[in-house]
Amino acid sequence: MQTRRETLKHSAIVAGLLATAGLIPQQALAYNKAAFEAKSLADVVKALGAGAPAESKDVTIGGPDIAENGAVVPLTAGTSLPGVKQMLILVEKNPAAMVALFNVTDSVEASFATRAKMGQSSDVYAVAVMADGKVLYAKKEVKVTLGGCGG
Amino acid sequence: MADPMRIRAQAAGDKTTVRVLMSHEMESGQRKDSAGKLVPAHFINEVTATLNGKVVLTADWGPSVSKNPFMQFVVKGAKAGDKIGVSWKDNKGDSRSDEATVS
Repeated sequence: MQTRRETLKHSAIVAGLLATAGLIPQQALAYNKAAFEAKSLADVVKALGAGAPAESKDVTIGGPDIAENGAVVPLTAGTSLPGVKQMLILVEKNPAAMVALFNVTDSVEASFATRAKMGQSSDVYAVAVMADGKVLYAKKEVKVTLGGCGG
Repeated sequence: MADPMRIRAQAAGDKTTVRVLMSHEMESGQRKDSAGKLVPAHFINEVTATLNGKVVLTADWGPSVSKNPFMQFVVKGAKAGDKIGVSWKDNKGDSRSDEATVS
């Protein structure tokens, strides 16, 4: 017969197992709202819990020098470095700086392209968050003649 | 239910370039309608890509991705005939999944 004390002990163990097995992966997958509300590169990196960002030649950002239509600005971000955990695309002067976050796995290359809206001329950043906690970025200025966020 | 995505996956050597065009409003929550009221934000915030059912890429998006979003990425080790799946979920809980074959 199981005593009350044993029952409690077991449920505590099960709860602990659930926490390690279930909760932690869920946390990693959850949509990072704080990062998408951050206003600057430093804030985004802080919201993701990564280290201080450093500029790097190994990270590339692509985009037009002058974007005629701010509603559709093609941007590319990539790096040739191994051990990338996440690639981010940021537009500094948008109401929320972060455009997109790509979780890189071994099966894909750390090279992405997408299209972003830009409210005004601004620096755009490609940020690589490395598995060892380093944060590398590249930036580029894109001039916008017609904004795409208001209207 | 949103319109289907257009997915193209082209293999070159052991690398496959996948291009996805989704159909979505991507309302930023910054715009005002003719009555001067803010249009509520409505955008895709989660994107998942799979190769033969195995997740190869997940992405979180903010409202500043353009309307009818385009995404391009490169998958390693996919062969012709493999299945690339892409699915998205937006902030109102709507979702859509589509599949394409690598050529």
